[in-house]
Amino acid sequence: MATKSTNQKAWFFVVPVIILVAFNALIPLMTVVNYSVQETFGNNIFFFEGVKWFEQVLHSERFHASLLRQLSFTGIILAIEIPLGIAIALAMPKKGFWVSVCLVLMALPLLIPWNVVGAMWNIFALPDIGLLGRIINGIGFDYNFTQNPTAAWFTTILMDVWHWTSLVVLLAYAGLSSIPDAYFQAAKIDGAGAWAVFRHIQLPKMKRVLTIAILLRFMDSFMIYTEPFVLTGGGPGNTTTFLSIDLVKIALGQFDLGPAAAMSLIYFLIVLLVCWVFYTLMMKDEAQ
Amino acid sequence: MRKYKWLVPTLYILFLMLPIYWLLNMSFKTTNEILGGFTLWPQEFTLVNYITIFSDPTWYIGYVNSITYVVINTVISVSVALPAAYAFSRYNFLGDKHLFFWLLTNRMAPPAVFALPFFQLYSAVNLFDTHIAVALAHGLFNIPLAVWILEGFMSGIPKELDETAYVDGYSFPRFFIKIFIPTIAAGIGVAAFFCFMFSWVELLLAKTLTSVAAKPIAAIMTRTASTSGYELGLLAAAGALTIIPGAIVIYFVRNHIAKGFALGRV
Repeated sequence: MATKSTNQKAWFFVVPVIILVAFNALIPLMTVVNYSVQETFGNNIFFFEGVKWFEQVLHSERFHASLLRQLSFTGIILAIEIPLGIAIALAMPKKGFWVSVCLVLMALPLLIPWNVVGAMWNIFALPDIGLLGRIINGIGFDYNFTQNPTAAWFTTILMDVWHWTSLVVLLAYAGLSSIPDAYFQAAKIDGAGAWAVFRHIQLPKMKRVLTIAILLRFMDSFMIYTEPFVLTGGGPGNTTTFLSIDLVKIALGQFDLGPAAAMSLIYFLIVLLVCWVFYTLMMKDEAQ
Repeated sequence: MRKYKWLVPTLYILFLMLPIYWLLNMSFKTTNEILGGFTLWPQEFTLVNYITIFSDPTWYIGYVNSITYVVINTVISVSVALPAAYAFSRYNFLGDKHLFFWLLTNRMAPPAVFALPFFQLYSAVNLFDTHIAVALAHGLFNIPLAVWILEGFMSGIPKELDETAYVDGYSFPRFFIKIFIPTIAAGIGVAAFFCFMFSWVELLLAKTLTSVAAKPIAAIMTRTASTSGYELGLLAAAGALTIIPGAIVIYFVRNHIAKGFALGRV
C-alpha cells in the first residue's frame, strides 16, 4: 500500500461529499432527535418531554419482541448464508467461460428491486398456485405462509437466502481468486488434504472479504423492510414484524412521532455499535 | 468427489432461477388461467400483460422515472466521490479516519428511520416529487459506498504514478483527468454499478419522496396490486421487466464484479 503524506488541503477534495451527505444525514437526524424528546397533540405545538420516550421504548414489551425477532432473523440468515456462500465459492470453476456465466447469473437476484423480490416470492410460495407452495404441500407438509407462523418464517428466511447468498459467494470468490497458485502447489508437496488447505490457506486469505460480507449482511438484514413487508406484511399476527416494519407502523400508521423517533435512535445506535466493532477489527487487520 | 464439484454451483443457480422462472411463467398467462389452477407452463401463451404495460403511460412512465433518478444518482455519487476517494487514498489530513467512518455510518442508517424526516426536508426545499429529490436522497448511502469502493481501487495504484506525472510537468487537474481516471476506469465502472444497483432496488425512500411526477415503477406496482384487483399476470410482467436493466448492467461489469464486491480490497 502506498505511504500517505500529510496534506491539509486534501480537505477541499472532501467538501462536496460532506455537503451532500450532511444535507441528507444531519438535518433528518436532528429532526428525529427533536421528535424524540417532545410530545405533540397536532397543530405543530410541541412540549419538551426529556427522555420519557426513550424510557417508554426501552421498557416496552413490543420493542423487546421485535428486537428479539430481528436478532433471531439476522442470526439465522448469517448462520446459513456465510457457510453456504463459502461452500459455493469453493466449488466454483477457477477460470474460463463458465466463471462469467456463474457470476452473471448469481448476481441477478441482487439487482431485482426489493418489493419485486417480495412479490416474486409471494407468487412463488402461494399454496394453491405457487410452485414452492405446491411442492411443499405435495410432500405432505401443511404449508401456508399467510396463516402459519413457522411457514412464514421459513419462507422469509428462504427468500433472504435466495436474495443475498450470492453477495457472500461473490466476496468469497474474490478472496479465493487472489490466492497465488504457488500456495496450492506448496500445499500439495507437503501432502496437505482438502481440509488443511481450506483451514490454513483459503480461510485466512478470505478473512478480510468475509469481514466485509458479515458486515454488509448484518447491516442490510438488520434494516430489512420491503421484502418481508410485501411477502407477509409482518404477519401472521406480528410473527414476522421486524424492527423496520414495526417502526414504520408506529411512525406512519399510528403517527406516534415521539416513541417512533426514540425507537429510531435506539435502533440506529445498535446498528452503529455493531458496525463500529466490525470496522475497527477490519481496519486493525488491514493495518497489519 | 472432485468430479461432482460442478454440481454445487449448478444446483445453486437452479435454485436462483426457479422463482424467476415462476415470475416469467405467470407473466405469460392470462388472468383466467392463473386463477383457474396450477400449471407448470403457460397453456394459452399470451403477451397481453406486456402489451398493457407498454401501451399505458401510467405504467411505462414508471420505468422512465426509475431510470431517470437512478442515472442522476449514479452520476452525482461517482463524480463527488472521485476527488474525495483520492484524498482519502493519498493523504493524511485532520480527522480523516473519523470522517471516513462517519461517511460509512450513513450506509448503516436504516431507511425506515429517515423516511418521515426526508419527506419533511424535501417538502421544505420544494423538491418533493422530483427525480432530483430521490437521486439526492439515495446519495445518503450511495456516496459513502462509492467513496469506499473508489478508495479501495485507488489505494491499489502506486503513488509513483502521481509523482512521475508531476515530474513530467502535468498539472494536477490534467494528471487527474488524463492519467488517473483512465487508470482506475474499472473501479469507476464498479462504483457506478453499485450506485445503480442500490438506487434501483431501494424503494422505501423513493416511494416516500414521490407522489405522481417521479413515481418509481416498483411503487406503481404496489398501487396497481391494491386498486384494480389482484392482477397477478400484470404484476408479474411488470416485475419481470424490472430485472432487465440490472441484467444489462451486470453484463457490462462481469469481469470486474468479483473484485468490485470486495470493494476493491483484495
